[in-house]
Amino acid sequence: MQRKINISPSPHIHSGDTIRRNMLDVLIALVPATLVGLYFFGLGALIVGSVSIISCITFEYLIQRFLLKKTNSIGDLSALVTGVLLAFNLPSNLPVWMVIIGALVAIGVGKMSFGGLGNNPFNPALVGRVFLLISFPVQMTTWPEPAALSMHYLDAETAATPLSMIKNHFGELPHTIDLLLGNVGGSMGEVSSIALLLGGIYLLVRKVITWHIPVSILATVFVFTGIMHWGVNSAIYATPLLHILAGGLLLGSFFMATDYATSPMTAKGMYIYGAGIGIITVVIRIWGAYPEGISFAILIMNAFVPLINFYVKPKRFG
Amino acid sequence: MKTFKIGGIHPEENKLSAGKQIVDIPLPKQVIIPLAAYIGAPAAPIVAKGDKVKVGQLVGKANGFVSTNVHSSVSGTVAKIEDAMDASGYRRSSVFIDTEGDEWLETIDRTPDIKRDCALSPEEIIAKICDAGIVGLGGATFPAHVKMTLPKGKKADLLIINAVECEPYLTCDHRLMLEHSEEILVGITVSMKAIGVKRAVIGIENNKPDAISLFNNQIQKLSFKGIEVCPLKVKYPQGGEKQLIEAVTGRRVPSGALPIEVGAVVQNVGTSFAVYEAVQKDKPLIERIVTVTGKSVSSAGNYRVRIGVTLLDVVNFAGGIPEDTGKYVAGGPMMGRAVANLEIPTAKGSAGVLFIREGEAAHREMHNCIRCARCVKVCPMGLEPYLLMSLSENSLWERMESERTMDCIECGCCSYICPANRTLLDYIRFGKSTVGNIIRNRNAKKN
Amino acid sequence: MNVLIISILALSATGAVSATILFLTAKKFQVYEDPRIDAAAAALPSANCGGCGFAGCRAFATACVEADSMEGLLCPVGGTEVMKNIASILGKTAIEAEPTVAVVRCAGSCDKRARNNHYDGAKTCAIAAQLYGGETGCVFGCLGFGDCERICDFGAIGLNPETLLPEVDESKCTSCGKCVKSCPKMLIELRKKGVDSHRIFVSCRNKDKGAIARKACSATCIGCSKCLKVCAYQAITIENNLAFIDDKKCQLCGSCVAECPTGAIINKE
Repeated sequence: MQRKINISPSPHIHSGDTIRRNMLDVLIALVPATLVGLYFFGLGALIVGSVSIISCITFEYLIQRFLLKKTNSIGDLSALVTGVLLAFNLPSNLPVWMVIIGALVAIGVGKMSFGGLGNNPFNPALVGRVFLLISFPVQMTTWPEPAALSMHYLDAETAATPLSMIKNHFGELPHTIDLLLGNVGGSMGEVSSIALLLGGIYLLVRKVITWHIPVSILATVFVFTGIMHWGVNSAIYATPLLHILAGGLLLGSFFMATDYATSPMTAKGMYIYGAGIGIITVVIRIWGAYPEGISFAILIMNAFVPLINFYVKPKRFG
Repeated sequence: MKTFKIGGIHPEENKLSAGKQIVDIPLPKQVIIPLAAYIGAPAAPIVAKGDKVKVGQLVGKANGFVSTNVHSSVSGTVAKIEDAMDASGYRRSSVFIDTEGDEWLETIDRTPDIKRDCALSPEEIIAKICDAGIVGLGGATFPAHVKMTLPKGKKADLLIINAVECEPYLTCDHRLMLEHSEEILVGITVSMKAIGVKRAVIGIENNKPDAISLFNNQIQKLSFKGIEVCPLKVKYPQGGEKQLIEAVTGRRVPSGALPIEVGAVVQNVGTSFAVYEAVQKDKPLIERIVTVTGKSVSSAGNYRVRIGVTLLDVVNFAGGIPEDTGKYVAGGPMMGRAVANLEIPTAKGSAGVLFIREGEAAHREMHNCIRCARCVKVCPMGLEPYLLMSLSENSLWERMESERTMDCIECGCCSYICPANRTLLDYIRFGKSTVGNIIRNRNAKKN
Repeated sequence: MNVLIISILALSATGAVSATILFLTAKKFQVYEDPRIDAAAAALPSANCGGCGFAGCRAFATACVEADSMEGLLCPVGGTEVMKNIASILGKTAIEAEPTVAVVRCAGSCDKRARNNHYDGAKTCAIAAQLYGGETGCVFGCLGFGDCERICDFGAIGLNPETLLPEVDESKCTSCGKCVKSCPKMLIELRKKGVDSHRIFVSCRNKDKGAIARKACSATCIGCSKCLKVCAYQAITIENNLAFIDDKKCQLCGSCVAECPTGAIINKE
């Protein structure tokens, strides 16, 4: 019998790139920040992190299997990434049942209800986080005190985040070196700027993300807070450096805003999107009710992405 | 180093046969000469069953302006005129000739001497090119005389020679340049005269340093006037006409326009060689260089093949089909056509036969679009492939037209890069042909 | 008490002003429409399949109202019944139309037509047909990627997983003609449904010479013209090595079926 030869339209070669490889790279990029989180928040970070990951994967599997009845998609690792990012956005002393609810909302509402990876208009991890923030405001804004290899979980000492200190004008602001290393209060993954920058650079080098979104967010925040600090009142408004290093800005701009499905498709669109996130973040931080606004900013700009894609076209040839 | 600005990819080059000299293929028992294997109206057969023909004799006459002559590539008897499967995947009219000896037309100059001087007028040169049935040998197979006859009122100031060969694996142009550099330069000079330009630029990617230095030396040593070499940074699809013009001159051909709009004419280096042979040696286009290649091919190489010899004959001479082949491709891996079997004739546009190994031949499972925007980033025409694909899937032809589908050059960068293995180009190509039909019908109605 | 009265007055005043504005705008922008269009549209099946050749049921209803006679106007989904209804609404005479049904003219099932390659591109017939002739040696036959199945609004045509050929469910087929247009090989034909669904047709579109066709598929029409000779009603024509039975002339005698050497003529009872 003659061998069956494949036939298909061109091209006949492929770059070999896969969704799985991209997700794996994101996970690798998240390793430094994970290690820092585990170091400072110890047992709590371990529990919240593993519960979040396991429940995200489980929910994705169950929904895919029994509700959508499609082929299993956890192999592309996107649920794992969502799990890690959700944990990164939660205080490490959050009760397990809340983490599970967050994962259910992130995967079930944020992702699978739209048809799975690629169809979701909003970043799933942030949908989960914001749902929890609105439902359980107290628990979600009570952060554990960073302590080397802490063995505390629910009983951890609580601490304020740098941004809430700025907002409420109390306490001595943390040193830049603490912000860089992560020795401050906050969610598990957002505390160490160096670890996040390392991860971000890794993603840029591996070409998983492009520089447009993070750079435009950071530049907008820098300019906006710079005007407020140097131009308006340096006593009330914090320095741009503090604004960039404190809170979830780095985590948001490198890992959350760059989420493929929920960010624009063109370079020009990415500038608009990044600038929008930067402005909304600063507005919420300075005048809003919450000390931190990056998650809301990203979700709000996510909603504009279809509009941006419709009106902002790439530079055509000729 | 120059290159084009928007998009582009860097596939593995795999130029396995770059160091292999061109080898002549022995004549087979029968050749199948396709009458329709190029862009334009099929040629009309002017021979009948039982006719004796010689090498270089006209067997199919051009049918209108956008059409080309077809010549016999062997001497012998016409066996039949019948439809035969070709690289298009369909049966089309062809002339079958049984080979007897190798008797050439007396008018063809078969001496190896290089003839530099050309006293003909531009019109005479173009008439000779038309008679010789030359088509663009880069793959698009557009009749050369049509391209070189400038539309009324347009003037060119530059001839660009496409020696980029950006397709991975293929090396036929590279070898031709190394072994026939002087003939090519004469062909370029003749073409310059026909088009009426004083300047020609040979665009070569810098992965062929030997060809670049050879051309530079030859131009100096033999004092060819007005020809220069422009080394280009390696990037696919630099061989695309519009991309090459931008890379070499910085000019951008507007959407829907021809290169002449920016004063340039582009010619493939193989075509330049064919022009030399047709004008200076009176030899019609009856053979071309074919690269036989693939990762499992033991003797990848370049072969001089008469038009009409089946690819199977070529491959058998070159060592046979490798055991682990999963796909046959006529042409390069990015834009070539997959074929079901190799019993199809070598056409004027067949640049190579590529064997893709079983493991690499199958399309991997397709996933949802994750909107990573890589296709947008690599598209050399600045289009949005992800959008065009979904528009095509949903038959939204008007929107597709306004998103400039017709600009697509079908280079395949989008499908190549897609991490979700989406068949972007399949759908875009289909949409493009549908939109093209809609536009043609609309224009026909208007007139 | 005062608050109550003010609220009631304010609300009534707003309501009155809005009503006036609405009334005036409606008057100003009113477009006259023949009320019979609504009536006719209501009688149609509202499938909006486009099988009648118009852009949806309403457009068809408009055409019916505007036309002088009902000649050439047929809702394939509703059939004669619906057309009679519409005609009576519009006070016109209905024209009887023979019911038709979609027929697939390819019999090259897997056992009759060997597949010698594997198509690996986007799984639609339209794209595959653009690339090449198909997985078998026959370039005229069914590709089997189900464009007709996807386009059918009524679930009336579907690929049989064993033969990989589409099969029409007559009880569901409305002969709207969408599948006819969707098939890049033009294999589907709308034919007379026939008495008790009895039909005889050539289930092949292969125009190759007999020898080539035979090599590719054992159920092909080889253009031998044996059927032509036995047909007593001149219903059969042969063009480009392919026989065709005209359903208007065919009397369903079945003599050609017995004569066909390859079984390309199908007698469906």
